[in-house]
Amino acid sequence: MRTGRGSLGRAAVIGVPFAWLAAFFLLPFLVVAKLSVSEMETTTIKDIVAWKDGAIAFSLQFGNYLQLAQDSLYVRTYLASLEYAAVTTLLCLTIGYPFAYFMARARRTLQPALLMLVMLPFWTSFLLRVYAWKALLTEQGLAANAIEWLGIDRVLAAFGLIPGPGQLMNTPFSLVLGMTYTYLPFMILPLYSNLAKMDLCLLEAASDLGATAWTAFWTVTVPLSGAGIIAGAMLVFIPCVGEYVIPELLGGPQTQMIGRTLWDEFFSNNDWPMACTVAVTMVLLVIVPVAVFSRYQAEVEERRT
Amino acid sequence: MSEPAFLQLRNIVKEFDGHRAVDTVSIDIVKGEIFALLGSSGSGKTTLLRMLAGFEKPSSGTITLDGQDLLHLPPYVRPMNMMFQSYALFPHLSVFDNIAFGLRRDRLPKNEVEARVAAMLKLVQLVPYAKRKPHQLSGGQQQRVALARSLAKKPQLLLLDEPLGALDKKLREETQMELANIISDVGVTCVMVTHDQEEAMTMASRIAVMSEGRFLQVGAPAEIYETPASRFVADFIGKVNLMDGTLVEDEADHVIVDCGDVKHWVGHGITGTLGMPVTVALRPEKIRVGAEPPEVGPGVLAGEFNRARGAVKDMAYFGSFTVYHLQLASGRILKISQSNTERHGASLTWGDEAWASWSPLAQVVLTQ
Repeated sequence: MRTGRGSLGRAAVIGVPFAWLAAFFLLPFLVVAKLSVSEMETTTIKDIVAWKDGAIAFSLQFGNYLQLAQDSLYVRTYLASLEYAAVTTLLCLTIGYPFAYFMARARRTLQPALLMLVMLPFWTSFLLRVYAWKALLTEQGLAANAIEWLGIDRVLAAFGLIPGPGQLMNTPFSLVLGMTYTYLPFMILPLYSNLAKMDLCLLEAASDLGATAWTAFWTVTVPLSGAGIIAGAMLVFIPCVGEYVIPELLGGPQTQMIGRTLWDEFFSNNDWPMACTVAVTMVLLVIVPVAVFSRYQAEVEERRT
Repeated sequence: MSEPAFLQLRNIVKEFDGHRAVDTVSIDIVKGEIFALLGSSGSGKTTLLRMLAGFEKPSSGTITLDGQDLLHLPPYVRPMNMMFQSYALFPHLSVFDNIAFGLRRDRLPKNEVEARVAAMLKLVQLVPYAKRKPHQLSGGQQQRVALARSLAKKPQLLLLDEPLGALDKKLREETQMELANIISDVGVTCVMVTHDQEEAMTMASRIAVMSEGRFLQVGAPAEIYETPASRFVADFIGKVNLMDGTLVEDEADHVIVDCGDVKHWVGHGITGTLGMPVTVALRPEKIRVGAEPPEVGPGVLAGEFNRARGAVKDMAYFGSFTVYHLQLASGRILKISQSNTERHGASLTWGDEAWASWSPLAQVVLTQ
């Protein structure tokens, strides 16, 4: 009896999250996937399975996908989304790694306070913080003035990230700045938890075997924090690809991202099948790196045991 | 004339927040020696080792290796390598790459690295395991990888931090001999830290017993065991019966110590004065025990000396030997260990009356 109840309990523990994901992720996704291959007649969407002349008729329309692949506007938007997400991820990693590293090596008593500081921005609404950047970056804004005073805007303009000196808002620069700012904690937290777990004996061993602190960092610390780097990168990259709010508020005409296109298809063009096609394609684009990551994670777990 | 010191420590002091972890330690270590720092945790032995490796800086004192001042060298340029207690193998690198790590830092050519690693793998008998990751090895194999890694750079000095501490008892006994053989084959001078006296005795040529940051006694294993210099050392190394008494006869060739219920006739002279308080240390295996009063003969004195009568209060059978706790009339417990030279030889059991006796050469008189 006991084993029966035990396995029932286990099934429930595993089953509940599965049921949750099935109901709130898989099912809606299937609906979206179905819509993407449906035909639309003015305002109604036709069923893909119909009873016609005594036989079941499937009508799958893959035309949207074809159009997506052929229309350079969509392709460019996807590429731009991936590019902005990749640049943001790279920036977050560059800023977040030293941040997490020094947090993990700080005095034990200091670490909770530092961790708190990283999470502090979450106490304010994300929207408010993005709006705050709008105010900071407009002409005569605090950040804008500082950037101009330092002459950074001329460098940015030279690289084509802003149209000209002094024009910071609604540019690739302001977009990436906003996304990096928003997603930085998602990079720092997994990196920190990974680096804090590291056995410092290994660094002593490296030093003992002739490695300077710099060499030990690159040959021991960085490879061992691989799982943390990948976790952080995924947490930043995936939401960035589909980001809608930040490009809307901080981006400009140059920075069309896929989230914006999705919105347009749904609410401006009212072309639901096309909108769903865009959504499904985006999910597939993001699922591939996640699958790679999970495999890597599984390998790391296996190594630990 | 003894050999010149290879590793020289002079007045080493290490303070942590006003507490002296290592207190004015000086020692000369000869080339090729295996020197063990033996002490319980908190005795300062690990701190001393870490100062040799360069992970800690002494508060004062000097360390020289082969005449070269070590203190100003960071760990990564010191000509010594350490085997860590936890082995500290790099989990992301294969056995081969772990061993090659130090060689690559020296920018040795590729074929030389390969040749050296191959030789090391052969030395520790791990050739078939070169491609494995550390987590795929058993504890004993990991220990050998750690040893190979620390020997790969041909260090002038090998530091071992509790080399067998992470192994279980049976494996430890096998590995102990193997490790000592490899080290003596390589011929490297070695300083090891251990809390396990057996490990120190089997592996080291000299032992320093440490307590509270100081060296209490430095000597060969047999010297430390048979002629401990102090109560602490006698008690720390092996099992011992310690009896406090007073010196009642002081001759050149013998002394007599009165411990109340037991009177010791000790066959060696000591430097002391009549009536001074002393402690007699008597190892359990140097006591004979039997149901009958001991007959006077070689090694057994007539009269009241070096014998005691009591009841067996406790006994424990260990296979090769049996330990008896003999309770004397005064209440004193005498620990005796008797080797079982014959099958079914032990005839004593709980509550039996028994006689203990020992030779005049069995005891050591401690004056401190």
